[in-house]
Amino acid sequence: MRTSVTKRLPKPTEWPVVKQLQRGDPHALGETAATDRSRNLAPRTREADKVVASVCPYCAVGCGQLIYVKGDKILDIEGDPNSPISEGCLCPKGSATFQLVTSSQRVQHVLYRSPFATEWEVIPLAQAMEMVAQRVKKTRDENWQPFAENGDEVNRTLAIAHLGGATLDNEENYLLKKLFNSLGILQIENQARI
Amino acid sequence: MANGFFTDTTLCIGCKACEVACKQWNQLPDDGYHFTGMSYDNTMALGSSTWRHVSFIERPAPIGDADTGGLAWLMASDVCKHCARAGCLENCPTGAIIRTEFGSVYVQPDVCNGCGYCVSGCPFGVIDRNHEDGRAWKCTLCYDRQKDGMQPACAKACPTASIQFGEINDLRHRARERVDKLHELGVKEAYLYGEDAASQPGTEGLNAFFLLLDKPEVYNLPPHPEVPTHKGKKSWISAGLAAIGVTALAFASVMLGNSARE
Amino acid sequence: MAECHPVGFRWVMQAKQRGATIIHVDPRFTRTSAVADMHVPIRAGSDIAFLGALISYVIQNERYFKDYVLSYTNAAAIVSEDYQDAEDLDGLFSGWQEGKGQYELGTWSYEGSDAQSRDVHNVPESHAEKAAGFQTAEAKTHATDRTLQHPRCVFQVLKRHFQRYTPEMVEHVCGISQEQFNRMAEFLCRNSGRERTTAFCYAVGWTQHSTGAQFIRSCAILQLLLGNIGRPGGGILALRGHATIQGSTDVPTLYNLLPGYLPMPKAGKDTSLQKYNENYTPRAGWWTEFPKYSISLLKAWYGDAATADNDYCFTHLPRMTGDHSHLTTVVNMADGAVHGYFVMGENTVVGSSNSALQRKALRKLDWLVVRDFSLIETADFWKSSPEHDRGEVRAEEIGTEVFFFPAATHVEKDGSFTQTQRILQWHHTAVEPPGDARSELHFAYHLGKRLKELYADSTDPKDRPMQDLAWDYPTHGPIEEPIAEAVLAEVNGYYTADRKPVGGFTELKSDGSTACGCWIYSGVYANGVNRAANRKRATDPYHYGPDWGFAWPANRRILYNRAAADSDGRPWSERKALIWWDDAKQQWTGHDVPDFPKEKKPDYRASPDSRGIDTISGDDAFLLQPDGKGWLFAPTGLQDGPLPTHYEPVESVIENPLYRQQCNPVRLEYPRADNKMARPYSDPRFPYIITTYRLTEQHTSGAMSRWLSWLAELQPEMFCEISPELAQERRLQNGDWAVVSTARGEIETRVLVTARMRPIKLGRRVFHQIGMPYHWGNRGLVTGDSANELIAFSADPNVSIQESKALTGDIRPGRRDRHTPVSLQVENAPGERLRDLPAAQQRPIGKHHIVAPESKQGDQT
Repeated sequence: MRTSVTKRLPKPTEWPVVKQLQRGDPHALGETAATDRSRNLAPRTREADKVVASVCPYCAVGCGQLIYVKGDKILDIEGDPNSPISEGCLCPKGSATFQLVTSSQRVQHVLYRSPFATEWEVIPLAQAMEMVAQRVKKTRDENWQPFAENGDEVNRTLAIAHLGGATLDNEENYLLKKLFNSLGILQIENQARI
Repeated sequence: MANGFFTDTTLCIGCKACEVACKQWNQLPDDGYHFTGMSYDNTMALGSSTWRHVSFIERPAPIGDADTGGLAWLMASDVCKHCARAGCLENCPTGAIIRTEFGSVYVQPDVCNGCGYCVSGCPFGVIDRNHEDGRAWKCTLCYDRQKDGMQPACAKACPTASIQFGEINDLRHRARERVDKLHELGVKEAYLYGEDAASQPGTEGLNAFFLLLDKPEVYNLPPHPEVPTHKGKKSWISAGLAAIGVTALAFASVMLGNSARE
Repeated sequence: MAECHPVGFRWVMQAKQRGATIIHVDPRFTRTSAVADMHVPIRAGSDIAFLGALISYVIQNERYFKDYVLSYTNAAAIVSEDYQDAEDLDGLFSGWQEGKGQYELGTWSYEGSDAQSRDVHNVPESHAEKAAGFQTAEAKTHATDRTLQHPRCVFQVLKRHFQRYTPEMVEHVCGISQEQFNRMAEFLCRNSGRERTTAFCYAVGWTQHSTGAQFIRSCAILQLLLGNIGRPGGGILALRGHATIQGSTDVPTLYNLLPGYLPMPKAGKDTSLQKYNENYTPRAGWWTEFPKYSISLLKAWYGDAATADNDYCFTHLPRMTGDHSHLTTVVNMADGAVHGYFVMGENTVVGSSNSALQRKALRKLDWLVVRDFSLIETADFWKSSPEHDRGEVRAEEIGTEVFFFPAATHVEKDGSFTQTQRILQWHHTAVEPPGDARSELHFAYHLGKRLKELYADSTDPKDRPMQDLAWDYPTHGPIEEPIAEAVLAEVNGYYTADRKPVGGFTELKSDGSTACGCWIYSGVYANGVNRAANRKRATDPYHYGPDWGFAWPANRRILYNRAAADSDGRPWSERKALIWWDDAKQQWTGHDVPDFPKEKKPDYRASPDSRGIDTISGDDAFLLQPDGKGWLFAPTGLQDGPLPTHYEPVESVIENPLYRQQCNPVRLEYPRADNKMARPYSDPRFPYIITTYRLTEQHTSGAMSRWLSWLAELQPEMFCEISPELAQERRLQNGDWAVVSTARGEIETRVLVTARMRPIKLGRRVFHQIGMPYHWGNRGLVTGDSANELIAFSADPNVSIQESKALTGDIRPGRRDRHTPVSLQVENAPGERLRDLPAAQQRPIGKHHIVAPESKQGDQT
């Protein structure tokens, strides 16, 4: 914070006791004791370059959220008063969303644990993506089941499975289902079963 | 003009949205992770980093005639009362605490030197010093938000309108109507705590007042709070009178003594 | 509801202030009970007995809404002569197949229907599509008796079935006093009818049972009898627990469904597109449109490669051969049959049942991919777990290769969530994801791209699906994030000729000229406008807010709202008017989008020659049903009976007081050494009832809350809630430690002694319930043992949901044993056959196709 200090003697009219008496605040309990900081105080949301409409990621009530953003930083997350579902309210989890998304507890790099290793290591995202693609191909190819034991056509692999949370977007679930089913992966499940 | 809170505890569901919304807006740290075993209350009290606090009271008597097995679980979100006559404010020797244009009591962190006089001045035990920076902290009634006409974070988040923010006279009106309604519905025990000077002379009324369902002590609130300076004038008068009396007595005794000797 | 959906509860509190009465039925006195007018403490797991008694009260006292019941339910339908009720067979229905462990469903059909002739009834694994509310049989050829007097009409069958479900019985089975039961029943009746409606809200306290689907059926029957479905202020509201858990069943990441509740094809049955369409296209009702939806889906998935000549690539889809649900997959994994596992936004070793078995399964994998925000227990299972604590496993011995990908949060990506009332809402990107964090959209798209490249040159026919897969999504920005709206456009559907969006599912065709990723969402991108992103404040006095988000189907806010008007199309009452027939305009109109063909007159009657949508008569309010009626009696669709029947949980403290059949005979069980069960009832080692739940301050497995200081401080430790009576019985102190045990193992928790937990009195016997939240694990800012360590794999047969809301256990003061292997602490209990009548005792384990041998006792690795 920047504060400017004026190095000059105050005029007698600026003396606190004079101000206090003039403004009817003899004990200096109010405005006369306010500092510049207090006078110029403003909510940090005023600095936002944009306010982005969002939806709370916790339960399924679907409360509206407003994300106040300045540059690449989130300043504040609070309820959207226009939402007919929540009218600006949020529960404690919704109110904690700011911490969920800005938390230092979030991992920011891909972590890899090779078989029998005792520690994680950081690996590049692209490498990890390629490794996973290779693992999927290998496991699928080695465990392809064209027919069931009784000879019925099944076109699948039961060697790969998926379990998804229900905080993934509909569009994400759509692509996952489409991709995995097309790979012959049948055991696609999510939180809705649990 | 004065803005304040009306906290209607009959609408509180104990979700603690107010506690978190407050911490989020004011970017306050946690109070530590302690399981207290006191119902669902694990933050225990208002303090320098908890400016809204929900208390949970398990009472072996239902609310009104509710068919709840003879049990009530009272919940109440406590906060700084922003007393019409504020002990902290009057005790503060540095001018750090001010009465804002919104009628709230605000600690200016750029002035506060951590002397702690305010702490002893609060009859509710609200204001608290931070052990790290030494300064005194408490609810600001979202002074910064109010500057832009925004309502305080806790009141905005509260899902059930247990915390209502507004102009104090409107709130009083609304609160009295609510009490009448509750009485009609058979919740005879509902009453207002600190809604004006008449009901709570010791603070001259609270800008953050409450609708309660049991004695104030049950909610850890003092039944007759009094700011230390409240009786100041009376004390000065009494002291003055006493001084005059003593002087008169002394004078009289001297005179009488003199006359006796005569 | 106040506990887990506080903002949804906002509206309940507003209703209360306007005079509504709130009744809370729950084993515990919770934050909801605290503001309720009535709290009804119930023994966990006994809800069908309770709801059945309410149904019986309504029928016996003739308090049902007669006109509604006659117009909109199947009360008048006459049931087949071959049908025998659970009342006749001591807890089994007709059609029980000894040795198969399931019912042959044909005898449950209407008299005169052609249901028996349809093979759908005879397919053992048919529950998959049934669970989704998909019915093929029962059109309108069946016999009816509108006087409701015929002894075999649904109404009389229902009446007899629930005759023994009396207030006295409720007192003995549920532990609810007759007086309180009668007060509640009377209130429900008074508050229902033309002028008033009652709503039921439920969550997983009703579904996570071995009879879960039937809990909901009981409520549906009650609400239909009272006329509370499809009307304002009525309904049954599932309070779902995750931002788009509704969306994840609509656009399913589920094994048994394709988007829009189309069934996943079955081996041997759905051998061609034609057979598939025939098998699931009924003769009447809205589902007669089925081929339009299935073919449009295949066009969306396989694009130009999908043609009429190649069955639109139908055979690219994998086929089911039984239950492939989460629990079954995990036991197969533990037996070494699954090698690769993707876990996204899910913390399965904390959030799913039998944590030790879950971890054992993970240890058997070749590779595991976990995507989440922080390093959750499921990603870290190889490094830290109770088995590590006990020295049973060491990281050096675990061969699983683990990839942890950091995920983007909802503010770092575009996309839609479908909330609990089926409203799609769009969230927009506010900031870019930090570091290497990416959306799942990014992950799925780029993984798919790489795999398409890897398979590009293959000549193996098995790789054709990947080659034909339509995977051209535009991306943007330096991280090549796929454009989510392009995916939404595909979900909405388009004309294949010019890729113009379709306006809604009524425009879909079965000739390959349209593509649609999820027919029920069609219309969300009509005219190229993202209606999920609509954010116009509600201005209508009814607060439906039609321009806020998009409610599927077709932006309807209340499903089956045709039932809000009488059979002639007039509102049941002015007070409860919602939609009605406008004679002047010759169409349905009102405050909501009518859930009915807009110009279909109320007096229109389908003829036997009608086809398609014309088979829906003007009073067929439940237009997805083949007979257009709400089903009091479900002739098809359920595996465990056409009517809900009280069975005890798989582990219970008492014998079933109503039938000799103790448990749901069709339940899924996994009898293995690593999934031990207590005796069916009265196991002396486990005398108490355990139930689990969430707290307001934490979220599910804690992945989104235990790493947040503001939430962690509010509920910092695992605890259990017990009554003062139980505390005294077991010398437990408030705030102290206790060990809670079940046949699976034991955990330690803090103790919260509270009068809010009440002993349950069943006749002269008193039972205690132990309540436990399940949010903790061994990582995060606050840690603790996980309640799911205690829960068995056992499930409802209709939807394979686990039973975690009622089980048996014990409690003692102290801390958990950190040295003895859990599997050696408790021996498996005898008395398995006590769960079933002799007829049902020959239940094969193979029901869910677990073929791997039982693992040995003590084998924990």
